[in-house]
Amino acid sequence: MSDITGYERKNGKFGIRNHVLVLPTVSCINGVIQRISREVPEAICVTHAHGCGRGGPRDLEILSRILSGLVNHPNVGGTVLIGLGCEIFNTKNLLPLIKETGKPLEVFNVQEDGGSLRTAEKVITAARRILSEISSQRRVALPWDKLLVAMECGGSDAMSGVTANVAMGAVSDWLVEKGATVIFGENTEMIGTAHVLARRAKNAEVAKQIEQMIGRAEKLTQEVMGDLASVVISPGNMDGGMSTIAEKSMGCIFKGGTTTINQVVDYGEVPSEHGLILQDGPGYDGDSMAGLAASGSQLMFFSTGRGTPAGFPVLPVIKVASNTRIYKAMKDDMDVNAGRLVEGQALDRLRAEMADLMVRVINGEKTKAEVNGMDVFTFMTVHPPF
Amino acid sequence: MKDNILIIHPRDNVAVALRKLEIGEMAVAKGIEGFRALEEIPASHKIALRDISQGEEIIKYGETVAVSTRDIKKGEWVHTHNLESKRWKK
Repeated sequence: MSDITGYERKNGKFGIRNHVLVLPTVSCINGVIQRISREVPEAICVTHAHGCGRGGPRDLEILSRILSGLVNHPNVGGTVLIGLGCEIFNTKNLLPLIKETGKPLEVFNVQEDGGSLRTAEKVITAARRILSEISSQRRVALPWDKLLVAMECGGSDAMSGVTANVAMGAVSDWLVEKGATVIFGENTEMIGTAHVLARRAKNAEVAKQIEQMIGRAEKLTQEVMGDLASVVISPGNMDGGMSTIAEKSMGCIFKGGTTTINQVVDYGEVPSEHGLILQDGPGYDGDSMAGLAASGSQLMFFSTGRGTPAGFPVLPVIKVASNTRIYKAMKDDMDVNAGRLVEGQALDRLRAEMADLMVRVINGEKTKAEVNGMDVFTFMTVHPPF
Repeated sequence: MKDNILIIHPRDNVAVALRKLEIGEMAVAKGIEGFRALEEIPASHKIALRDISQGEEIIKYGETVAVSTRDIKKGEWVHTHNLESKRWKK
């Protein structure tokens, strides 16, 4: 197993990429971002549908945590932050949360910097300057205990929980053994497994947090779905042979492996513990990925059986197909074929191959989602807009 | 003969069909004696690895995923028609 490398940040974190991020606080200026992305394709220019209209404390907490989490993300080498000016959580609110990163940062506001066209010009110049500034940074040895890997599943089929998530679970156990940290979320997909996960908690407090988190997810599902709660697994799931939510959930949580659960973190919160971490986040892929990214995951494994191409702007996503058919049908999107497990491939061999690929990706090899530019950026909200 | 069912955990009382099994076809997996499918088992669905009584837990991944609503014979298809969720009743 070869060594891993990354970019050391002044706050002690390590990135496995050195991106320049162009980030808007609010959706009203997405057009400005699109203009910039055409001019500076080397920068990661993200747009989103949020940033105003939701003034409740929980939505503001999530918004600030996700936006600051992206700027603070270890894979980001520098940022141009763009605000509009009148939005509910503007650049001045965000600044205290991000100024300690020690990374190049420039801030513009469309209402103060001459409107959309002139602001775009200023940002283009700033982004190019930061690209140039950080291009001299070199990779150094990355200690395994500075690595946080996220495990995600989406567009699942009946084989996801049999092949892909089992293989990712083996990788998770291997990573924890190496001293790295593994995180997974999707609380709705833990329903029915509270007894299994709580038993693996490092102490009674973490066990209680696990039970409360899954209890809240279950209550919310029943409130929203009513009598339909028992079919919260979709008809497609049932056609695939999954009979209950607990069965579907077991196949889902298997992706985190079998080690002790050391911490439960909130959506987008940065873990303080090592080993296996659970995140109290939703099952919807896009929202879940943003929470796991804001927690500082440098890399993500993502299993899929139906075949989703989704990646994430600042982190490499390794796509693991659960069956050979979808691996072949979406060859340009899939990095690993876990379907080979039902064709006689040994689990430990597949795990070793996935670990090798992961090391290459950490050291700079691009995943299919990176090559194809399949970035998705959206995040959780808890209330409708006012 | 090639495996056509997968036993995920040694505690499990159901296995996953790796392809569609016909009535009377031998179900084969490493570490167990082959047995006949008593009915057609759709691909990726569950087949009973032993007789399961009414009210007994259905074990997959080494954990309880459902409870049987009637006696199930070894080799029968196990799905929503003969089990229910422990959490939410159908």
